[in-house]
Amino acid sequence: MEKITLNIDGKEITGEDGMTILEVARGAGIDIPTLCYHEKLEPYGVCRLCLVEIGTPPRTRLVTSCVYPAADGLVVKTRSERVIQTRKMLLELLLARAPGAKIIKDLAEEYGVTKARLRKTATFCILCGLCVRYCAEIKKADAIGFIGRGIEREVMFIPEIATESCPPCRECFPLCPTGVLESNFRLVQSLLFKK
Amino acid sequence: MVTDNSEADVKKINHILAGYKGESNLLIQVLLEIQKELRWLPKEGLIRISQELNVPLRQVYHAVTFYKAFSLVPKGKYTVTVCVGTACHVRGSPRILDRVEQTLGINSGDTTPDFKFSLETVNCLGCCAMGPVMVVGDVYHGKLSLDQVRRILDSYD
Repeated sequence: MEKITLNIDGKEITGEDGMTILEVARGAGIDIPTLCYHEKLEPYGVCRLCLVEIGTPPRTRLVTSCVYPAADGLVVKTRSERVIQTRKMLLELLLARAPGAKIIKDLAEEYGVTKARLRKTATFCILCGLCVRYCAEIKKADAIGFIGRGIEREVMFIPEIATESCPPCRECFPLCPTGVLESNFRLVQSLLFKK
Repeated sequence: MVTDNSEADVKKINHILAGYKGESNLLIQVLLEIQKELRWLPKEGLIRISQELNVPLRQVYHAVTFYKAFSLVPKGKYTVTVCVGTACHVRGSPRILDRVEQTLGINSGDTTPDFKFSLETVNCLGCCAMGPVMVVGDVYHGKLSLDQVRRILDSYD
């Protein structure tokens, strides 16, 4: 593996070719918040919280560090003004979706999101896809999936498979950042799984 | 007319699937073909597709619920699409839609009990000069007036 050197928040940090910015940063103990990232799963880049600013002024841009490949000489800012502002907005949006989720509330507090400006449209699911990806990539059960598109997108248990696979497994429940998965499962179970 | 002919449906589905074994990248094509043939995608069909093409059922559902071309409920023989875009709107499409709903006795998004018509709305058909526009099957009816609606719908059987 070829060594590469990145400049993250002003510090020279070494990583290996093929790593993402997030992996390099975390390897050096730099904290980047994530909700949809899991080291055992393919990065997905949907929660957007891991975004960082790359490039040198005036040409900088925001990229999601969990899917952006680290390159030699890349200049990365993980806590610039622009990054913080964008993360704040993201956290507001996430809070409207999943009010009460501890991990999101804690992050909101850390980033100083205090007022709730947005109307709450709580589905309690932030569509991070951890459950779907875990089921597909690690368990290879494909018992849970996404349906719909846009604002109607949601996570659904596939009854034909979930009836058999889910009750003994339940391994995706602790992955859910908002904890809604288990309650949804119980609801579905009581509605559909009746023999 | 669509009745409980699920056995015939399964036969048709198997027939279509015959040439696609293991071709997971042709999922959309297969779905389109079955949708065209049966005018909907029955659950048994989706399970068969999943097995034959070797695509997880969750991915089949994902595609089916993503594209508007697919339907999980039986559709009518003709799809009636009323344009409710801006140009048609100012030329009176809300009243046209009301009249179609009244004439067919169904709301937008539904199918008549005899499975002859399915009613849908669309936000633009790209022919605003013809507004208000209604499409029945693949025939465009433009510059509609209210009293034309019944005559047009009656001309389909």
